[in-house]
Amino acid sequence: MTRTPRDLAGARPGPAFTVRVDGREVDALPGQTLAAVLWADGTTAWRTTRVGGRPRGAFCGIGSCFDCLITVNGVRDLRACLVRPEPGDVVSTRDDD
Amino acid sequence: MTDSHLCDVVVVGAGMIGAACALYAARAGLTVAVVDRGPVAGGTTGAGEGNLLVSDKEPGPELDLALLSAALWEDLAAEGFGAGDRLGGVVEYEAKGGLVVASDERRLTALADFAAAQTAAGVRNRVVSADELTDLEPHLAKDLAGGVHYPQDAQVQPALAAAHLLRLARLTGAEVRLGETVVGIDTDAAGRVTGVRTDRGRIKAFAVVNAAGTWGGAVAELGGVHLPVLPRRGFVLVTAPLPPVIRHKVYAADYVADVASDSADLQSSAVVEGTPAGPVLIGASRERVGFDRTLSVPVVRRLAAQAVALFPRLATVPAMRAYRGFRPYLPDHLPAIGPDPRRPGLFHACGHEGAGIGLAPATGLLVAQTLTGAEPAQDLTPFRPDRFDDATEGAGR
Amino acid sequence: MTTTDAYDLLVIGAGPAGFAAATTAADAGLTVALIDAGHSAGGQFYRQPAPALNASRPKALHHGWRTYEGWMRRLAAHVASGSVRHLTNHQVWAVERVPDAEPGGSDGGFAASGDRATLFVAHALVGVEAARSVAVRGRALLLATGAYERQLPFPGWTLPGVVTAGGAQAQLKDSLVVPGQRVVVAGTGPLLLSVAASLVQAGAAVPAVVEAADPLRYARHLPALLRNPGKLVEGAGYAGTLLRYGVPVRTRHVVVAALGTRRVEAVTVAKVDRSGRVVGPERTVACDTLAVGYGLDAQLDLALELGCPAGREPDGGWALEVDDGQWTGVEGVWAAGETTGVGGAQLALAEGELAAWSVVARLRPGLPRNVPARPVRQRARLRAFASALQGVHQVPRFAEQLRDDTDVCRCEEVPYAGIRDAVTDLGATDPRSVKLLTRAGMGWCQGRMCGTAVQCIVSELTAGRAKAVPPSRPLACPVPLGVLAEQAGDPPG
Repeated sequence: MTRTPRDLAGARPGPAFTVRVDGREVDALPGQTLAAVLWADGTTAWRTTRVGGRPRGAFCGIGSCFDCLITVNGVRDLRACLVRPEPGDVVSTRDDD
Repeated sequence: MTDSHLCDVVVVGAGMIGAACALYAARAGLTVAVVDRGPVAGGTTGAGEGNLLVSDKEPGPELDLALLSAALWEDLAAEGFGAGDRLGGVVEYEAKGGLVVASDERRLTALADFAAAQTAAGVRNRVVSADELTDLEPHLAKDLAGGVHYPQDAQVQPALAAAHLLRLARLTGAEVRLGETVVGIDTDAAGRVTGVRTDRGRIKAFAVVNAAGTWGGAVAELGGVHLPVLPRRGFVLVTAPLPPVIRHKVYAADYVADVASDSADLQSSAVVEGTPAGPVLIGASRERVGFDRTLSVPVVRRLAAQAVALFPRLATVPAMRAYRGFRPYLPDHLPAIGPDPRRPGLFHACGHEGAGIGLAPATGLLVAQTLTGAEPAQDLTPFRPDRFDDATEGAGR
Repeated sequence: MTTTDAYDLLVIGAGPAGFAAATTAADAGLTVALIDAGHSAGGQFYRQPAPALNASRPKALHHGWRTYEGWMRRLAAHVASGSVRHLTNHQVWAVERVPDAEPGGSDGGFAASGDRATLFVAHALVGVEAARSVAVRGRALLLATGAYERQLPFPGWTLPGVVTAGGAQAQLKDSLVVPGQRVVVAGTGPLLLSVAASLVQAGAAVPAVVEAADPLRYARHLPALLRNPGKLVEGAGYAGTLLRYGVPVRTRHVVVAALGTRRVEAVTVAKVDRSGRVVGPERTVACDTLAVGYGLDAQLDLALELGCPAGREPDGGWALEVDDGQWTGVEGVWAAGETTGVGGAQLALAEGELAAWSVVARLRPGLPRNVPARPVRQRARLRAFASALQGVHQVPRFAEQLRDDTDVCRCEEVPYAGIRDAVTDLGATDPRSVKLLTRAGMGWCQGRMCGTAVQCIVSELTAGRAKAVPPSRPLACPVPLGVLAEQAGDPPG
């Protein structure tokens, strides 16, 4: 039998919804951080570094390292480990600049 | 400790000015030791923006110094550095030019008059219309009256510049002693400088150059002379890295009045510029508050407001950090450069206020010339270190 | 109260120290603003599932749940009565000291210089989007800003799938996710066992817990350990869970590299000697995630800006120096929790309480002093325990494992060779000059991730002559220029 964090905490979240990440629909639960949504989707990298062009995702998970920066509804440089997406949010992992 | 050492000249201070003095003195054939209690660029140099400005200086000795320095910076930047590199690239030298803007016609007229006087003193500049401003800086606010473009204004990364000039000085034979504190200046019976005492020993030398920046007054004191160097606090805001959106050093015309100001009240106008690494620097606040290091929320708020007024699109860009530094200044806002007639063998190179990075090469050259007895490239009378002895001192605190 | 009024006490941070202090101060009749970036009180230790996840058994993810519930009931009563204002989702970026606007000062304000009383103004960004800033005023200030996890660089540590142990746990507690399916937990410190235990309970496989410390070193600290049976039971609880799930714990081992191309696929583990130097053969452990951390570093930005003195801890971290009443030595400023020495939630609770009593004594000198003896005893006992733990869980000798091209600063991608050359060729002698010459620590995180590593590397290269100073960050977090430019408003009433 597989254990899940939701079973462990006895969570009964509201209905799942999707957010659009670079044009792809990704499942999310209400209240979850965007980093958690992406982790649950199996995505660990969503940013490319400025100098080396290397992939990065969430590292510190508590808002200190800024490695997980992401664009949500056109607002740049949000920390995915803190921001909590809502239904219909459009998430972009590339800076359109 | 009995570490005794002999050289021609001891430079006290491993900041930008000390590095330039050491380099030019070493290249003039002198044996040099640079001593600093901290690291390279540990004081004002590490807390500045790296402005090489002629645009903000009125005609007079400081502008002459800035023009000489601008030419020397150009030469330094062109020097080779390893395989295929230039020193300019390594120290992030950018001859990007300055753009001084005016918010209304009245200020534009004043600015244009100021620029015309500078032209007569050898500054290259050009009045630009409101339309042209947009060509030069596409993201600049649209409601400005016009401005003046100064192609000679440039930028370096100050800590790298000091470190690499010191490295070149070392390659020319200079010795750099960091983490060593000068505790005394030795003199002979006739009152002539014979070297320095440090916390690690003695260095014998025929000359000592005081390039201690904000602490220049304390080093002068070790030599038994008075030099009223005072600290002026400045904050710089640094944004998150951006793609290149700001091409020049851009600031508002009120800046000119601030530098020459004798008021102890805050007068700031933001100098906004991009950097090769991406962040935009917003600087030039100046307050005389002694060595108080605390963040002044009103000051950073004002810097931010002025930057957003110049470049509205910066409003959504985060300020990632703020740093502060203390600019050393003398009561008449000119540096002290050259031999101190009150203490034979003691030379000064300090008190450059916010302009030390720009004025460093000329200062280094002039100090080296006076050390070797050569004719200085510029009249040093306005920079005489003993000029405050007879005058009533202003702005003391 | 109207929004322009000053609270008696501003508490920054609603972790155990902060909520205990706010509650205790309100018990004694003070008005309190409790300001915190999180959605619920609890901090990192008692981090709560997002309310919308509707978790019926949040305690399954926590130790000491009953204690927490007790405090929350009391805090909720004060919030309901209006004596505590709990500002959630507010991140403080600076605290300013200003003269009290009312001539003569209101009662209890501090006369820092001359006769004018001073007030503290906390400037806080609202929400993650940080579209505006509010100003909250108070007569006294209590800093309970907690800690973030200390990290050390190693080849591969920037690969996706390498996360901090604390971050893995934070996202699990908050959003009920695990970072991967096969998670190696590595580093040093008591957090590792707790993280590994929660991960296996939540369904992830943990192929190994890799702990750099030598458990035999605990023997040197027996008295401190034995005085804290509760702590031992907590540790034994995690160890029991790991045993039950068959998770091997390798002590005196470190992860020397994370392997993979687009994400971590395995880690290399090696044995270390007592000084933390790698001595043993390397072996590879397959995994899809590495959760790593080397202890905690206190978040001192606001305190240091206000001039609070800090000293170094047994594990090399910085902590504020406080007196018996948790007073920092700066007029009007108290501190509690990890800011005064990393020691865990129970210690933070005791310190929060004691700080509150000290503030009450200062602001209400007329009140009878009835500081309870219990938190005083707890604090002494738990500090001894914390100090013992720090002595055991030292930072290992990581620098020898770095390659020239291993990034030390993640943000600015500064490799080890750049830092070494700045020290050996360019005249850097301390972390600040390294930063100026290499950009290490100049990026988004402002050196929070690489600060310890740079300090250690510079220390090693300069044979310990580098002067250690705590990092200075005048802005405690990034602030949009447009927000900074605007006159800060009051929080909505």
